Amino acid sequence: MTTLTAPTPPGATRHDHPALPGGYAVPDFDKPLPPREGDREIQYREALREAMSEEMRRDERVFLIGEEVAEYNGAYKVSQGMLDEFGAKRIIDSPISENGFAGMSIGAAMYGLRPIVEFMSWSFSFVAADAILNNAPKMLYMSGGQWGCPIVFRGNDGAGGQLASTHSWCVEGLYANVPGLKIAIPSNPYDAKGLLKTAILDPDPVFFLESERMLGDKAHVPEEEYYIPFGKARLVREGGDCTIISWGRPVNFAAEACERLAADGIECDLLDMRTIRPLDMDAVVESIKKTNRIVIVDQSWPFGGVASEVISQITEQAFDWLDAPPVRVNTADVPTPYAKGLESAYLPNPDRIYDAVKQCTA
Amino acid sequence: MTQASASTKSPQSTGKPSDGLSDDTLRKWLYDMQLIREFETRTMQAYQQAKIGGFCHIYSGQEACAVGTINSVNQDDPVVLAYRDHGHALARGMHPRACMAEMYGKLEGCAKGKGGSMHMFDKPNWLFGGHGIVGAQTPLGAGLAFAARYEWEVLGKGKKKVALCYLGDGAIDQGAFHEALNLASLFSIPVIYIIENNGYSMGTAIHRHTANHENLISRGQSYGIKSIEIDGFDIVDVYDQFKPLADECRDLQRPGFVDLKTYRYMGHSMSDPQKYRTKDEVDTWKEKDSIAALASRLMTAKSDGGRECLSEDDWKAMRSEIAEIVRDAVQFAENGTDPDVGAELYSDVYIHPVPNLSPMGDYIHGDKNPLL
Repeated sequence: MTTLTAPTPPGATRHDHPALPGGYAVPDFDKPLPPREGDREIQYREALREAMSEEMRRDERVFLIGEEVAEYNGAYKVSQGMLDEFGAKRIIDSPISENGFAGMSIGAAMYGLRPIVEFMSWSFSFVAADAILNNAPKMLYMSGGQWGCPIVFRGNDGAGGQLASTHSWCVEGLYANVPGLKIAIPSNPYDAKGLLKTAILDPDPVFFLESERMLGDKAHVPEEEYYIPFGKARLVREGGDCTIISWGRPVNFAAEACERLAADGIECDLLDMRTIRPLDMDAVVESIKKTNRIVIVDQSWPFGGVASEVISQITEQAFDWLDAPPVRVNTADVPTPYAKGLESAYLPNPDRIYDAVKQCTA
Repeated sequence: MTQASASTKSPQSTGKPSDGLSDDTLRKWLYDMQLIREFETRTMQAYQQAKIGGFCHIYSGQEACAVGTINSVNQDDPVVLAYRDHGHALARGMHPRACMAEMYGKLEGCAKGKGGSMHMFDKPNWLFGGHGIVGAQTPLGAGLAFAARYEWEVLGKGKKKVALCYLGDGAIDQGAFHEALNLASLFSIPVIYIIENNGYSMGTAIHRHTANHENLISRGQSYGIKSIEIDGFDIVDVYDQFKPLADECRDLQRPGFVDLKTYRYMGHSMSDPQKYRTKDEVDTWKEKDSIAALASRLMTAKSDGGRECLSEDDWKAMRSEIAEIVRDAVQFAENGTDPDVGAELYSDVYIHPVPNLSPMGDYIHGDKNPLL
């Protein structure tokens, strides 16, 4: 595609790259973000919809494709109403054919469009593994910088709905291993909007991990447009006794645990990492220098996962600042069970985080 | 080219698309096919000398397929390939130097030495790569066509295009291929799946690797896609049958499917001992050689149904010229620059690198691709 110039949101600058005719827009990340407090309470799913709709209004190259995204109004109602606004050429119902429509969208991204691909669940992304792991993140490198792949894959990640083993994947443990992609994982509606807007503008493939368990969560989301930078953790809570870091849904469990720990006189820094690739290790190390202790809460399996990576980087960058071994809280190292009690015990939860901090600060 | 001719029309009008082809065009096709043959011969030599590494799949025998089909579409129609991709890259217009230098792993290669034999990309020629995983390029081909259609239909820019997606007969057994066919027909996407049916899926003969192998076009037909069989040894026949299909797919914005019957003279890859077929079988196919057949047609007298636009001397001169060009490509690759580790190992990973993407350090932008 040679005829199109990337539209730029207010305040953004256009950058050029030989692989992307028309360049790409980079938001002004120095601009302060709007307040998180307010009374415009909307659901996480509505925040996602707002992000997509705002970008689709500005940039006609952006389209949404996935199972049930159009006439069904979204299997989880994320895309509700979007077919009416944007029409069937841009809100596209796909057959249940992940390898096909993910691969097709990658081809469209190479050509110059900006696809948003919805996986009903990231658990279904494995049948498209070759497309999303072998093609999207490697195209720029394999072609020596000739063809990029500006695409967003998004969908539900993680357990919690009694869906058992095959439908409960936390894919970050596997996918974070692959260079060439970026991974964002918002824990709340405000971040869901701001991170998804950044993902859609980003010229590299972004894996955007949502959670079916959080789609109904409500919080203030500013009506205005805003972009949250990748690689900048948010300090959710401040305290000097221990650092807790997490990403995605368990950030909320960690916040709950922090309340109980505070009642016991233990004050924690809680960092919401917001993106896994890039990973804001600067914020982690800065906090460790203050607390000298860290607990990592990761909703994927422990072996070779994201928590393990964080601990590796801590030992490389902040070993001398630690007063205790790092403690990780992962999902249990078993396939996801169905029974409610088993599933609950399998997941990171406030009790397990509370215990981990107690252990770390003992 | 060695010599221009005043004659631009074929001697007899038979109502075929090829009737409109000039002698120059046919001589150019002969040139292109011979260039591929000579290039692959030198590629094999370089591989045997360990100048080229990795997997290397030789195209010799199939030249009429790439040259005949690529010359049926426009220069800005998107093309995507499997891993047996040197021939298509040359037919599409990639400079032999860039192609050979890539296999030598040099910075002057089409992918700066980051892709190798199986990954020939050429943006100026709308070539979206060779792809190493069998069948992986088939959804990509649908996506290129989807985007081309979206460009003129939704964005109101550009023009009607048709995308070409090449695959071998081995790839028709992959799920990705069937998903791509379904989507292409369902969404009415102008992509033509060209099955270069050389009879083998690596070392497994077609009757042993796919059901209903005598009737491959039923694969396309079952998805409601116009599907035709073409003898891939006669380049004029390839053009006569493929060009109308390409025009129709472009015009109607519909997919197409071609069982393009061909044969590869060499093994699946350079490491193939070819225990699964006899030398006699290979020799029998070589008697149909597409290059020899076209040269003969161009040299045959018009009174005998030929074109009479190429002399023995012309043909000899053409081959000498090509041999020199390929020698030059090899020399160019030999003299190429090894990619600098500091500049190239960590570049071209992200278009927009930011800090903390990797524990190993920051990603960078490397040298600009020589083709851009």
